[in-house]
Amino acid sequence: MSGTVEEALRARREAGGKSLVIYVTGALNDDFETTVLAVAAAGADVIEIGIPFSDPVMDGPVIQEANEKALKGGATPANILSRLQRLEVEVPLVVMTYYNIAAHMGLERFAQSLAKAGVAGCILPDMPLEETADWAAVADAAGVETILLAAPTGDDARLTAVSERSRGFIYGVGLLGVTGVRSELASSATEIARRLKSLTDLPVLIGVGIGTPEQAVEAAAAGDGVVVGTAVVARMLSPEGPQGVAALVKDFREALDASCA
Amino acid sequence: MELNENEALKAPDASGRFGDFGGRFVPETLMPACLELEEAFNESWADPSFRKELDDLLADYAGRPSPLTDCPNLSELLGCRVLLKREDLNHTGSHKINNVLGQALLAQRMGKTRLVAETGAGQHGVATATAAALLGMECCVYMGEVDVERQKLNVFRMRLLGAEVRTALSGSRTLKDAINEAMRDWVATVEESHYCLGSVMGPHPYPWMVRTFHEVLGSEARSQCEERLGTTPDVVVACVGGGSNAIGIFSGFADSPAELVGVEPAGGAAVGRGVPGVVHGSRSFLMQDEFGQVLEAESISAGLDYPGVGPEHSFLAASGRARYESVNDAEVVEAFQLLSRLEGIIPALEPAHALAWVSRERASLAGKTVLINLSGRGDKDVDQILQLLEKEGRA
Ligand SMILES: Cc1ncc(COP(=O)(O)O)c(C=O)c1O
Repeated sequence: MSGTVEEALRARREAGGKSLVIYVTGALNDDFETTVLAVAAAGADVIEIGIPFSDPVMDGPVIQEANEKALKGGATPANILSRLQRLEVEVPLVVMTYYNIAAHMGLERFAQSLAKAGVAGCILPDMPLEETADWAAVADAAGVETILLAAPTGDDARLTAVSERSRGFIYGVGLLGVTGVRSELASSATEIARRLKSLTDLPVLIGVGIGTPEQAVEAAAAGDGVVVGTAVVARMLSPEGPQGVAALVKDFREALDASCA
Repeated sequence: MELNENEALKAPDASGRFGDFGGRFVPETLMPACLELEEAFNESWADPSFRKELDDLLADYAGRPSPLTDCPNLSELLGCRVLLKREDLNHTGSHKINNVLGQALLAQRMGKTRLVAETGAGQHGVATATAAALLGMECCVYMGEVDVERQKLNVFRMRLLGAEVRTALSGSRTLKDAINEAMRDWVATVEESHYCLGSVMGPHPYPWMVRTFHEVLGSEARSQCEERLGTTPDVVVACVGGGSNAIGIFSGFADSPAELVGVEPAGGAAVGRGVPGVVHGSRSFLMQDEFGQVLEAESISAGLDYPGVGPEHSFLAASGRARYESVNDAEVVEAFQLLSRLEGIIPALEPAHALAWVSRERASLAGKTVLINLSGRGDKDVDQILQLLEKEGRA
């Protein structure tokens, strides 16, 4: 069974395009809903909503700052999900949060709340393959796609096993490091995309360390698309508002489309 | 959960679990490193040449065995026989060196050239910087901004030893955030760096490996007690931050009738005030809010200023083999002064917690034999205590 995230990304691939997944921090600002709608309108294929956690070890300073700001503003898992539930977005939504947020609510209840809020998939970056079983069972039952990360440090056997258990897409980590913009695309990004493409038919998206449309084009060339987080969140933290965020997403969309033309 | 007492300190299962606690909740990037470390540890620990190298260093460099000291003056005051396991006399001033020498040798054997560590009180950072100097490795220590301020002396020691000290500015700016930063560094440098974790926490194999490196202090204490007392003590007490000194001494007495007591700071009582949760790589008791956000601990002692606890302690608490109590900062300062005055031993603020509990519980401990793990010496803390007593007009 393939879920809505996977369908959306396969459709983009079959049409000869490259996918764009955009990460936004949940409930970061009062205009969070407007931001999500603007990101969808600007051409994101899937939107990843971060549910903030106090100790985000996979994230760099920008996303951590956004987490802290959202938490100070009263963001909670339940209120982010209920805001999403009321929102009519044209593209599939995915939630990104840390294991403890899900575990604290109860894995089963968390999976069901995602489904109820209309969220199609979930990424838990501190949940490696070995710890996936408990969550995957309840997520599968609730119809939530569990997207797993594949890292450059994994050997082919490991990348294959991770790809086999992943749903929606396989999230190739573009570099050794945490989220954040880098001045140049790491060579590991192309490398992990190439390796994953040779091991799985699942859509292969590369994220972590992609900050500019040029880098996105480069990383997407070897895979099926990219995940862009920090650059977008930095824009959310700036005074430019949802329209500024949308303009940035549009730049990424146009660059990816032009690279396939 | 039922547990046979004699199984209390056995190896965790293949997923790194002690009962319901432990595991490996780390970013995928680190999984191969955790698996590689587990394999290297198993292989090295089974290798007599590795064990000999470590034993030699522990004896000739760190100064093991550490003595067992009777405290006649304190015993008379409290009405119970108090014995101290003198980990404060180890090179670098605490029990931390046992674990660090083991991990540093292992890292070198694995071909790593750089050690990354977190530190609260600075003792683990100093121990790591020391081992790095000895073995010619690079060393980078993360420390929260609050701790950099209250443990200035240890920051200077680390720098003298050639380590880079990086200040963690996020969150509570204490041990919890230093661990976050160290893990981020490890994610980015995993090919050349070994994360030299300072307590019995983190992802498998750390809780088990660090405990194994500290078993030396427990087995020494066991044979010293048997020699001195002809038997084992009635109660074994140790402070608990992550819980490495406590698990080290408990390991020597797990299969004895001794009561095992871990003492947490009231402001960082993970077992006392926490519920099971997942942070820093394992599932364990954790202080958190109603949504699962990790709470900030607050303790006078930088080494115990942590909202979680190692998973094996959660297991021991859940099974009832050990119990966990807490003391407040004022009781700790009292105990710090008491041991200094009565026995001529200035303890670190961390083990002063264990002492504070014994002092408070003297009525119920009357006539018993109590072994306290004196996990470190107080040199690092005298400046902080001086300022505090001056502020209160008591110095
Ligand atoms: C002397 C001393 N004891 C105890 C601790 C706390 O660590 P653990 O709970 O792992 O023994 C520290 C940490 O810095 C310490 O310096």
